[in-house]
Amino acid sequence: MEARFRVAYPGFTLDVDLDLPEKGVTALFGPSGSGKTTVLRCVAGLERAPGGFLAVAGKVWQDDANGIFLPTHERPLGLVFQEASLFPHLSVRGNLEYGMKRAGNARGEGFDTMLDLLGIRALLARDPGRLSGGERQRVAIARALLTRPRLLLLDEPLAALDMKKKQEILPYLEALRAELDIPVLYVSHAPDEVARLADHLVLIENGRVAASGALMETLARLDLGAALTDDAGVVLETTVAAHEADDLARLEFPGGRLYVSGHLRPPGSRLRCRIRASDVSLALGAHSDTSILNLLPATVVAVAGAETPGHSLVQLQLADGGPLLLARITERSRRALAIAPGMAVVAQVKSVALL
Amino acid sequence: MDASSLAAIWLTCKLAALVTALLLLIGTPIAWWLTHTRSRLKGPVGAVVALPLVLPPTVLGFYLLLCFGPQGFIGGAMDAVGLQRLPFTFAGLVVASILYSLPFVVQPIQNAFEAIGRRPLEVAASLRATPLDAFFSVAVPLARPGFVTAAILGFAHTVGEFGVVLMMGGNIPGKTQVLSVKIYDYVENGDYAQAHWLAGGMVFFSFIVLLLLYGGRGRGAWSR
Repeated sequence: MEARFRVAYPGFTLDVDLDLPEKGVTALFGPSGSGKTTVLRCVAGLERAPGGFLAVAGKVWQDDANGIFLPTHERPLGLVFQEASLFPHLSVRGNLEYGMKRAGNARGEGFDTMLDLLGIRALLARDPGRLSGGERQRVAIARALLTRPRLLLLDEPLAALDMKKKQEILPYLEALRAELDIPVLYVSHAPDEVARLADHLVLIENGRVAASGALMETLARLDLGAALTDDAGVVLETTVAAHEADDLARLEFPGGRLYVSGHLRPPGSRLRCRIRASDVSLALGAHSDTSILNLLPATVVAVAGAETPGHSLVQLQLADGGPLLLARITERSRRALAIAPGMAVVAQVKSVALL
Repeated sequence: MDASSLAAIWLTCKLAALVTALLLLIGTPIAWWLTHTRSRLKGPVGAVVALPLVLPPTVLGFYLLLCFGPQGFIGGAMDAVGLQRLPFTFAGLVVASILYSLPFVVQPIQNAFEAIGRRPLEVAASLRATPLDAFFSVAVPLARPGFVTAAILGFAHTVGEFGVVLMMGGNIPGKTQVLSVKIYDYVENGDYAQAHWLAGGMVFFSFIVLLLLYGGRGRGAWSR
């Protein structure tokens, strides 16, 4: 998928040039007001960036240089908005059928699978007004997917939900991610959602693309770490190896292992976890006299100044060919330990967020 | 109640029903345009539509009479193509009433369209609905309370008009003599008993209409 949009609004210019993979979840991540929703609206054709270009799955949707602009209703896309957008005058079933009929899926191909995948079978006869926020979004996602789109656009679909409802809907989104064979553009400003769901990351700042690439590599970039400030950190893809007797679970990843507490998924399942740079400190040798469980031998790759005054960001390589890690330490500690590229250190991981 | 009163009631109902139906057809596109346009004409058009709200009906009737009369530019044109002139005919009443009651139909519908906003239409478009399809399958059902209010107000306001009707339609029994004019006739001739029947009936009718409007609103049946 290729997209080039340049629009000047009063006081704000959007200027993006994206080349995105045709598969997987791409997160458009950035602070509110950065223009990520505008990008999504341009892709959907709800906003027109004059002179723009957009091609999805080999089909040109917009090419103003050649006078091509498909209106939204002619673009095979699915769109889910932040707030509940179900039609209040139709039942849940009516809402689902609205798009199916118009998209030439009157026979309801995939209807049953979708009901089960999103857990909405029991809601079919209900009125949208009588659904919870999480249920509404699940129905909206099913409604969009039943049109058999070539591209799914999600505009902060969880932003209007509280923590509990978010936790309730995230597993469905994860299941969906595994099932879908179309690209998904996911607009979000919540780092945890992005870390959990995305395969690719596009960082948008002030209407421009600050970075674009595979999620884990992009998050580990030092220059972006500085831009992300408190959100700086990496995501590790791990496998639950075992639940040990003292209520700890052992997670393994190429190049290391992590112990985390809590009852997790059964051994063998995949689990993403996020390690914030501010939760990683460095030691020169392996101490056995520390309460920190997760001590990972690493090599310093690079050092850069952090956005936070008096701090440095350190990029670390875990073992040979293992993943990258970011650590945020004070400038004073960096000098005291003389941290420099090539040094062998031990990364002390104070906490791990399970996603 | 005598036969001429019944004729006036029948004529009034016929006029109001026809005008309401035509107004819904004419007013809806105007309301839609006023809701969604970014044109500079939005202000002037909105003001023209709202004019009958503030103008004395006789002013409207006077200019309609001039326009559609033999010297008027519309009346003259109609003469030229061999159409019957509108003043003092039922058709003339219909045209005058449509103009006079237009804001009472356009405004509730416009308010309803504005309350819906663009989002449901964007959702419909993302589900492959063409703009026309989205209008009928989403905007109209969601604006239903506005249409109900518009129809009731349009009907009631047409029933209640006097000045415009008198100027444009005159007072021809069975042809242009509507209820309000008939009441005026009875009072002028000192026939208060007959006037009471009609006037009292109007009070009752108006009360029922308003009860429907406000009572329905209170129950939340029409307002979302």
